[in-house]
Amino acid sequence: MREITYYQASNEALLEEFLRDDKVVHLSTDVPSSLLKEFGPARVRGTPISESAFVGAAIGLAGSGFRPVVNIRMATFMFVAMDQFINQAAKITYMFGGQARFPIVYRVTVGGGVSMAAQHSINPYSIFMNIPGIKLILPATPYDMKGLLKAAVRDGNPVLSFEHRALAMIKGEVPQEEYTVPFGKAEVRRQGTDVTVVALSNMLYAALEAAKEMEKAGVSMEVIDLRTLVPMDKEAIRASVAKTGRLVVVDEACQTAGAAAEIISVAVEDSRTFKHLKAQPVRVCAPDVPIPYSPPMEKFVLPDKEKILAAVKKVMR
Amino acid sequence: MLREGKTMAVEKENIIRMYTIMLTIRRFEERASLELESGNIPGIVHSYIGQEAVATGVCANLTFEDRIVSTHRGHGHCIAKGADPKRMMAELYGRKTGYCKGKGGSMHIADFSVGMLGANGIVGAGLPIAVGAAMAAQLEGRGKVAVSFFGDGACQEGTFHEALNLASIWKLPIVFVCENNLYGVNTPAHYAIPLKDIAERAKAYAMPGIVVDGNDILAVYEASRDAIGKARAGEGPYFLECKTYRWRGHAESRAFADLRPAEEIAEWKAKCPITRLERKLLGDRLVTREELAAIDRHVLALIAEAVKFAGDSPWPKPEDALEDVFSVAQGVSK
Repeated sequence: MREITYYQASNEALLEEFLRDDKVVHLSTDVPSSLLKEFGPARVRGTPISESAFVGAAIGLAGSGFRPVVNIRMATFMFVAMDQFINQAAKITYMFGGQARFPIVYRVTVGGGVSMAAQHSINPYSIFMNIPGIKLILPATPYDMKGLLKAAVRDGNPVLSFEHRALAMIKGEVPQEEYTVPFGKAEVRRQGTDVTVVALSNMLYAALEAAKEMEKAGVSMEVIDLRTLVPMDKEAIRASVAKTGRLVVVDEACQTAGAAAEIISVAVEDSRTFKHLKAQPVRVCAPDVPIPYSPPMEKFVLPDKEKILAAVKKVMR
Repeated sequence: MLREGKTMAVEKENIIRMYTIMLTIRRFEERASLELESGNIPGIVHSYIGQEAVATGVCANLTFEDRIVSTHRGHGHCIAKGADPKRMMAELYGRKTGYCKGKGGSMHIADFSVGMLGANGIVGAGLPIAVGAAMAAQLEGRGKVAVSFFGDGACQEGTFHEALNLASIWKLPIVFVCENNLYGVNTPAHYAIPLKDIAERAKAYAMPGIVVDGNDILAVYEASRDAIGKARAGEGPYFLECKTYRWRGHAESRAFADLRPAEEIAEWKAKCPITRLERKLLGDRLVTREELAAIDRHVLALIAEAVKFAGDSPWPKPEDALEDVFSVAQGVSK
């Protein structure tokens, strides 16, 4: 099968959805040239740096029958427009009693690792997990980027796509044929029997590396990519943990009240899963600090293969 | 408006229709305050009494195809845009038959079927949404417009700047209707705004901005007809500042003291937009006192019917709280 990059996969997804449905429109500060060339400036609209205005405009467009895709770029820029995300986009379907749909895709880049410092590096998943009304997708492969993004455009709700900056140039198999990836279906990236490792976004790759090493040490790691956090494939987590009896969750975000805590709760609150546990679950996250700039400090705080190995060894003791 | 050369018959019908809508808003709000006081409506409501001419005069120039975005003080906009007072009152009562099935209440009434895209509990938050509705109208290319209603308080929010700027650079078919009722809760506009007229700010966004007597229904009607006509014709956004006043405090709640001077309130009550139109209609011999009394009876009956509908309506089931988080008819994910 042909291979394309994560970045190309997102472009293909948008081009195809723009062709399929003329209600799809695009808002972003820098206009994506391939879309603009194909569909023109009315549908592919450049915006000033006015996050509240264009995040909110997407709501008005969606409420008027359009399907806006908004590229906000860095996830940290979302915070400029938090009222529009939280009080408006997330709540209006519910507050209006479900009388209207708000199909919107908000795309943001997450992650650290490239010395961009705290105001350009963050993984704010759990903030939005605590705000009902927005679906959260975390594509980790080119295949999922294309399939999840296409599904997001077709969804009838606000969807927030967290796209990791380290993955932009990663290559992977993406079929030419039409497909979408359904929300709420985890993918077992590696089968294993001794320990379940749930890895979010880019952490998938560090977890797969760790799994290779652990295999040499005689430990069989099962690696799960949830792909979407809202909805979350809770059954996949429980089934895997019931099988292995051990759980490690890897998330680049800060540890406190993060997605990892929720994932562990999903496993331990379920009595059938709980009774299979052979060790306490462990989180591998960033410590509770803003992401620092200088490489030695940034490397120190971000989870990596070594930290995953240490966690897996801990639960295997 | 007669100088436009329309026939007396059409104009009379139009004026009577606007009078009826203003009175419907007035009677709805009077009743909503009573129902809140008596405990039939939970929470709070923000009364539109005194400002009826603004919503009515603007919306008289709109069709259901046009879209409006409203504020926390939104009942007037709902009624003027054609929403059903029965379902509005049922929503205030928190009943299943309300516009939002009891999930929104006073500050979140919407009726997408008549182009009312929602009241909004956050000051200034509706402007960007209205800009999106205007972009939709522009893309549809069928001469539709969007109207953004907001108060003087919203003009000091960042969204005001962003929304007006965006509407202007994209030449969107939108009219920004600022209802300057002189106070944001109890903060006087003259304290919060370093200009006599907020409409002056329109210049900074290269759009026309005019000041209208918001208690003169005919002035509002004519000014918005002009503004909406220009927006429909593709001439871009327009800013209308309607000077008006709310008779009640910020909200119908003891939690909000009304600190405005009593003389000022009395002065503005004397400028009642409804009485003012009545005087004109009677003076111009367009209606008789009997006809006005008949309209009031009709309106009161409509409101009584709305209250009865609300009171007779079932409560939502408690577990209905779990529905409508997402738009497909499914509950929260398990």
